[in-house]
Amino acid sequence: MTASAAATLAPIPALGVETIGMTKIFGPLVALEDVSIRVEPGTLHALLGENGAGKSTLVKCMMGFYQPTRGEMRVDGHEALVKNPRDAMRLKLGMVYQHFTLVPSLTAAENLIVSRPDCPAVIDWRAETRTLEAFMATMPFWVPLDVPVASLSAGEKQKLEILKQLYLDRRFVILDEPTSVLTPDEADEMLGLLKGMTTRGELTILMITHKFREVTAYADAVSILRRGRLVGGGRVGEISVAEMARAMIGDTEIRERSARAVHEARPTVLELAALYASDDAGLPALTSVDLKVKAGEIVGIAGVSGNGQSALIEVLSGQRDLDDGRIFVHGQPFEPVRDEMDRLKVFSLQEEPLRNSAVPRMSVAENMALRTFDKPPISSLGWWLSPHPMREAARELIARYRVKTPSTDTPIENLSGGNVQRAVLARELSGDVDVLIVANPCFGLDFASVAEIRTQIMEQRNRGAAVLLVSEDLDEILELADRVAVMSGGRITLMSPIGETDRASIGHAMAGGH
Amino acid sequence: MSETTTSLEAGGGVGGLTVDRLAGLLRAAEAIVIPIGAVVVSAAIFSLFLLALGKSPVTFFDLLWRGGYGSAFSWQNTLVRTAPLIFTALCVAVPARLGLVIIGGEGALVLGGFAAAVVALPLLGHAPPWVVMPAMFLAAMLAGSVWIAIVGALRHHRGVNETIASLLMFYIAVAILNFFVEGALRSPVDPNKPSTTPIGPTNMVGEIPGLGVHWGLAFGVVLAILCHVLMTRTTFGFAARVAGGNVRAARAQGLPVGRLIVISCALAGASAGIAGYFEVAAILGKANASLAAGYGFTGILVSFLARHNPLAIPPVAVLFGGLAAAGGLIQRRMGLPDATVQVLQGLIFVVILISETLYGRFAIFDREAKR
Repeated sequence: MTASAAATLAPIPALGVETIGMTKIFGPLVALEDVSIRVEPGTLHALLGENGAGKSTLVKCMMGFYQPTRGEMRVDGHEALVKNPRDAMRLKLGMVYQHFTLVPSLTAAENLIVSRPDCPAVIDWRAETRTLEAFMATMPFWVPLDVPVASLSAGEKQKLEILKQLYLDRRFVILDEPTSVLTPDEADEMLGLLKGMTTRGELTILMITHKFREVTAYADAVSILRRGRLVGGGRVGEISVAEMARAMIGDTEIRERSARAVHEARPTVLELAALYASDDAGLPALTSVDLKVKAGEIVGIAGVSGNGQSALIEVLSGQRDLDDGRIFVHGQPFEPVRDEMDRLKVFSLQEEPLRNSAVPRMSVAENMALRTFDKPPISSLGWWLSPHPMREAARELIARYRVKTPSTDTPIENLSGGNVQRAVLARELSGDVDVLIVANPCFGLDFASVAEIRTQIMEQRNRGAAVLLVSEDLDEILELADRVAVMSGGRITLMSPIGETDRASIGHAMAGGH
Repeated sequence: MSETTTSLEAGGGVGGLTVDRLAGLLRAAEAIVIPIGAVVVSAAIFSLFLLALGKSPVTFFDLLWRGGYGSAFSWQNTLVRTAPLIFTALCVAVPARLGLVIIGGEGALVLGGFAAAVVALPLLGHAPPWVVMPAMFLAAMLAGSVWIAIVGALRHHRGVNETIASLLMFYIAVAILNFFVEGALRSPVDPNKPSTTPIGPTNMVGEIPGLGVHWGLAFGVVLAILCHVLMTRTTFGFAARVAGGNVRAARAQGLPVGRLIVISCALAGASAGIAGYFEVAAILGKANASLAAGYGFTGILVSFLARHNPLAIPPVAVLFGGLAAAGGLIQRRMGLPDATVQVLQGLIFVVILISETLYGRFAIFDREAKR
């Protein structure tokens, strides 16, 4: 916090960046409206906002991926014209994306060297490596330089991405949700180091996030966007978490959370017995996974992304074959094919519904009928399909689950993310549910949708469904689960009732695989 | 952001319905305007090609019109070529709903025609036409469907690219035909061109009264309608569209994706096999190398131009049938090689593929645009 004061006294490498009246209009859509943000040199500035609030439009305008409709940018007080990413590079502006942009088969050193814009056609590896080592010695953190990036942990990759920005001499770096793939411990370590670098004036950081904890613990200042406008901000410490949340969400009505009903002992409904599965490359993704979920219970599976959770979900929903092991529902062997899903009342709610659970080009009504299209009243004689009852059923679900859509015949891809997930939820949860498989159901959704979806999951539990919840959001698990399991390296490494564990021990178990 | 969306909470009512209908009409308009625009653009490019050759585009399109659609005789010529194109286009369109690109319909056509001729051999002279004709028809369907179903099964069980597999299998189909027609099954009747024994006039398919075109055309139109009904109004079609639109979602719904792929391919192959049947039983009277006349490949263009919509296939097939029918006239009158028409076909195909990227780009068709 003292860094900005120091900046005016002595020149430091860190850059200050300012946007003035930044506006971006896509056809009828105003994605960004008159946004003026000032990021002081040598600070860690947080950019808060829900999905679709305009955060990524803003940073894309800053990085030259988009041309703003109006508005300008200043770098270190001078007007800067960023027409394309190359201009941004020249001005020493950089960005670390949410998804890694490293070449997995190359080593860290190779990745760094080939990323240079002036990388020569013939590389003198010996000289380059020496320069690189000298550079690394000046850095506050270190990653192994001579092993392929594929064998680095997510935390190390994230560090390497940031090192790459520094190696390329970027002095203003935008980080897009940098901690989403890290364990809580890794996140703390990384943000601490970055904070140190900004305080020393080596770097300025603009960090996109929606975790308030990271903002209050590490950021110097914050700007909050909602619906394309700057709706709040200030120095961290002068603005409370409640104020930030209110600015972010606006006056959207948020549904009351369902209370957790207390049940007495219930029978086991879903049982996984020694499941083994491989990933696309044929490497083990699940190793001897055993798990029991009782009726009226939510078992939360925590873990850092890529530790077998997605394989587990795919196995349970029929998207991946089992190598070995069995799944039982109500004590009967279960295979994820349509007849058995219907008979044993197994339903699922997955992340990124347009990828996993909906057909983007088909209409809302058709997508809502994916479970029921081959049953009366939509089908007769077992093969004839009637669109009328399909639309009727969709109308009812749209009203009941408050799905916002222009019509039942709109392609579902035209709906907002929250509404797509609500449409899928309506389809999967409107019937009688015995087993519910849930994976990151709120990934990328706005607050109102998140509250709605969590409430629905809790209601299913209270009604007696056995719920398996895989989530990368620890807060979600802590809020919903009765028991928590941690997956690491394809195994379940911790299993505990929610009351008998805490964030720290779950975090350590999550890191166990590395 | 844009508040043009209306929630259907209040019962859906009249407002919802008009929005439904308007959006549907606009989408249909888009699906018609863009392909027509593509044909116009390719005609313009082709005109430049003709000018470069020192020929008049006006004469060309005039002859195209006269040769394809100008008289009863040219219509007859066009429609005879339309019939097989409908069947081979359906062979592309049905698997396309599952996201498969099958380009080997020609192979199923060749084998279908061959199977029809072979099945007829032991029956000739012993069985009445009402036995021979259905037997030939079924044999053609079966041969075609097995041929393309193999492609589907390879794709599903072994991950073999269906486009390449179906294309390569066309060459195998031609080789099988030639092997038998030039060898064991060669008829001594026709010394000039190796062929199977003619099926005889009584077993030939007749003409639709008043049109001068064989019944294959009517069959094709009916089959196109049936395919449309299959895709839009049956649970099979629905499941196929789900699997074609998002295979992960289809799996998560427990749909038997592999079975859907193989069945669709079998249906597609059956359609191309029927084309082979009519070529043998209505045109050639026997199986020989003339079966591979390129209908299977032109059918790919027809299906793409029709955006794999079975109902749009017959009219588009008429367009391409006319192009083929006019080829000879253009060749004679303008001194252009027969392949000139293929240049135009190729141009249309390329422009159609490019125009696929235009869908959703025009705000005028997108009343409900929302982000």
